[in-house]
Amino acid sequence: MNPLELRKQFPILDQEVNGHPLVYLDNAASSQKPRRVIDAIVRYYEHDHANVHRGVHTLASRATDAYEGAREKVARFLNAASEREIVFTRGTTSALNIVARSYARAVLREGDEIVLTPMEHHANLIPWQQAAKATGAVLRYIPMQPDGRILLEDVEATLTDRTKIVSVTHVSNVLGVVNPVKEIAALAHRRGAVMVVDGAQSAPHMKVDVRDIDCDFYAFSGHKMCGPTGIGVLYGKLDLLDRMEPVEYGGEMIEHVDYYDATWKESPWRFEGGTPIIAGAVGLAAAIDFLTEVGMDEIDRHSAALARYAYDRLSAIEGVTLYGPRERTGLVTFNLDGIHPHDVATVLDTEGIAIRAGHHCCQPLMRKLGVTATARASFYLYNTEEDVERLAAALIKAKEFFGHAIG
Amino acid sequence: MQLDELYRRVIMDHYKNPRNRGTMDEDSVTVNLNNPSCGDRIQLQLKVEDGVVKLAKYTGEGCSISMSSASMMTDAIRGKTLDEALGMADKFSAMMQGQPVEFEEYEDLEALAGVSKFPARIKCATLAWNALRKGIEAGRRS
Repeated sequence: MNPLELRKQFPILDQEVNGHPLVYLDNAASSQKPRRVIDAIVRYYEHDHANVHRGVHTLASRATDAYEGAREKVARFLNAASEREIVFTRGTTSALNIVARSYARAVLREGDEIVLTPMEHHANLIPWQQAAKATGAVLRYIPMQPDGRILLEDVEATLTDRTKIVSVTHVSNVLGVVNPVKEIAALAHRRGAVMVVDGAQSAPHMKVDVRDIDCDFYAFSGHKMCGPTGIGVLYGKLDLLDRMEPVEYGGEMIEHVDYYDATWKESPWRFEGGTPIIAGAVGLAAAIDFLTEVGMDEIDRHSAALARYAYDRLSAIEGVTLYGPRERTGLVTFNLDGIHPHDVATVLDTEGIAIRAGHHCCQPLMRKLGVTATARASFYLYNTEEDVERLAAALIKAKEFFGHAIG
Repeated sequence: MQLDELYRRVIMDHYKNPRNRGTMDEDSVTVNLNNPSCGDRIQLQLKVEDGVVKLAKYTGEGCSISMSSASMMTDAIRGKTLDEALGMADKFSAMMQGQPVEFEEYEDLEALAGVSKFPARIKCATLAWNALRKGIEAGRRS
């Protein structure tokens, strides 16, 4: 895999920002799109678009084939047992909300437990807070090591027979740690709980096999893995999905309707009320083709190696504090002594380097780390060690600038 | 885009040597405000007598822009009537939209004019002023 060759396929990366060649290091927030994904969406709208599932005309069947073909592609990408286990959603957030609204509220009783980690993104936290409030269930947290790792003995000690749901991020969007979701799933199942995995930061970077993990639900977003915004996936085991109530009612998701009642289609269509995100699914399918051709194992190695390279490179700069263990993937989160991360991000932006600064939708984790905000550089398949060097040089410049400005 | 257009010396001076940073025990109006998109937060206390700001103090966490803006604002409004203070807030908003304004009574504020060229940072500069509006509103209601 050659990141520089791959980069040429991303039109947006070929530009100068503030007089410098763009270095895009905000991939954990959203990745850029290769030409072929953009082209697939344009081609769909120029040749094949119509509404799906209902029409008898040629375009309607082309659009339906494209949409359902994308579903099959996602099923293979995750190694799901059936394409009926793949629900298209707006993204990870709406996928997790389906589980927290439909599944959780049906099974949770007062005093039942939902188990999370302290590093969850707000999207894998607030839906459970609300489900707990609605049902009388309680939230419990697996303790986290000071460096951000989760130990299985702590998982075991946290789970009880009242645990009904365990929901854990696969890869932390702040710490970069890869959580042992397969082992956690086994422990959850031993207690009779279901395992939900937030895959927003793992699906872009590594081969995900939902049957090997044996999770009950897995959620991810298309836009973080070279696909368009507005499309994501909820994987769910079929026997669970088929027992769940829809969360949105309307067209497309029904089987039979009369004036006073209605019945639902089977999964996954019962969760896709209204005209679905057809072009988004087409774009996601093209992204999956692209990533599969590059090779998910290659991307995994690249993301992990680059994150460790950045960790080591930034560790060598005096005044840099890094958060999370060295063993990580995809990103580095850090602060520069005495300089607020917003100011760091602004200095970097003037150098053409895009990073993120803030709480990264993890306010409780920020408080646990003892900070209000951090800077984060996150990588993808088109980033190189040279990009990390530009980052390091710009950080040194920021230090000098603020050293002089303040000193 | 030049860094020193944004980070003027006056700004850095207020960041490093903040004026009116701290809390007061005296009878005052207290406002807490945060910027949910970035985590910056400010607590502003206003001591108002006969419609005049006698003292303004703040604590908080945030970037150089938000904290220096709070430092300047609390300095600038001291001794001003509430209407005068609100007038300065309006003028500050206009400056953030890139309009040429002058603060004869407190020229340091003009150093923040460069923020208007950094759209992502405008909300940093306005945090303290939004707290001021909220505080004056709360004070008038009570």
